Amino acid sequence: MSELIKDGLRIDGRKPDELRPIKIEAGVLYRADGSCYLEWGGNKVLAAVYGPREAIPRHIQDPTKALVNARYNMASFSVKERKRPGPDRRSTEISKVTSEALENVIFTELFPRTTIDVNIEVLDAEAGTRCAGITAAAVALADAGIPMRDIPVACAAGKVDGVVVLDLSAEEDQQGDADLPIAISPRSEEILLLQMDGHLTYKEFEEALELALKGAKYVSKLQKEALMKKYKG
Amino acid sequence: MIRKIVLPGSLLGNIDEKKAGNGTFIEDGKIYSSRLGILEEKNDYLNVIPLSGVYEPVVGDNVIGIIQEAMRNAWLVDINASHFALLGVEESPWRVNYGETARYLKAGEMIIATVIRIDEARNIELSMKCKPCRKIEDGVIIEIQPSKIPRVIGKGASMLSVIKKYTGCWMFVAQNGRIWLKCNEEKLAYAVEAIRKIEKEAHTVGLTQRIEKMLREKNE
Repeated sequence: MSELIKDGLRIDGRKPDELRPIKIEAGVLYRADGSCYLEWGGNKVLAAVYGPREAIPRHIQDPTKALVNARYNMASFSVKERKRPGPDRRSTEISKVTSEALENVIFTELFPRTTIDVNIEVLDAEAGTRCAGITAAAVALADAGIPMRDIPVACAAGKVDGVVVLDLSAEEDQQGDADLPIAISPRSEEILLLQMDGHLTYKEFEEALELALKGAKYVSKLQKEALMKKYKG
Repeated sequence: MIRKIVLPGSLLGNIDEKKAGNGTFIEDGKIYSSRLGILEEKNDYLNVIPLSGVYEPVVGDNVIGIIQEAMRNAWLVDINASHFALLGVEESPWRVNYGETARYLKAGEMIIATVIRIDEARNIELSMKCKPCRKIEDGVIIEIQPSKIPRVIGKGASMLSVIKKYTGCWMFVAQNGRIWLKCNEEKLAYAVEAIRKIEKEAHTVGLTQRIEKMLREKNE
């Protein structure tokens, strides 16, 4: 196994608490109510929001609130080895956790009997696509004018070669010791999603969580800038 | 005046000093914006005027609807909102026998109607017993973002009169983001271009002058 950390720097030259470069653009699709294109390191993600609109079939409607229906999908060409298209165990899980993370910040009770459809399309993947997906979906939701308590944001931390690092890259994700993606509501620091892959001691976990929170808050700033840029012209 | 753009979760003020208006919510005694829009202060109320989003029907709005389905004694109408609206036969201008709704309005046809009722379950009811209400049989309908409609009308209908003056088009602007235009083909293209420009630059200042300049140059 190759060394992942050398002289305090990571394999791609980043410091342990450094993020990959991020580019966010709001309102890229004309037919969608809200949309966002996001590049996060090697990840390229497109998110589109439709609705609130009448939920079909009618038996899925909730007379008290709107349903948040996120769909995470990886394009077959997004990874090195062709991915078989269509939903699989992994993308079904990510769709579910994303829906639940977003549902917690949306005022769903304002739109009974409707759905808010969030489509997240991963065009290019390089570790941390669920974080990129949630971050892009949040911008698309704000762009669609959906009432929310906050603009959610996601970021991951993890452990490679025994060092707690922020925002794992593909090699670090595969060969590292742990991965901890979180999604938060940056204003209140409420956690909307927390998953962990691998092993962390309690102290390391606290450290990783702190680091991911810090990273998420920085990404949150970029989200707001992207939205402002669209509307200020 | 600088128009301040706010985002969901932006802190707007304190509950002791201001009141929470439209597009806001209260948490721990503080007022936050719930959506992306422009902050407006009106008699102590903090309102957020949305810059995007689907049409939210209000009783009394005139809307342009597309018939989705002719049911036994009502029509299901798409008014570009989050829910379909219902137009009952008793609210139509015709005397419709039970089961003969499709003789008057078929799926795909368009109407101007007014919103008369919205209940808490978001059932929307329409009426065609109003002055501008009718079946639309000619002209062109274009669709823009409903949140940009006030800009197309302008202060005291200033923007609308500019477009009408330079293009000679007959226009009906419905609150749900649909605009009905009737004019000759060349002028129609100008009017549509002007409306698209308004939609794109709705949040900027001095738009009426720019539209007037654009249309004047086209006319020359």
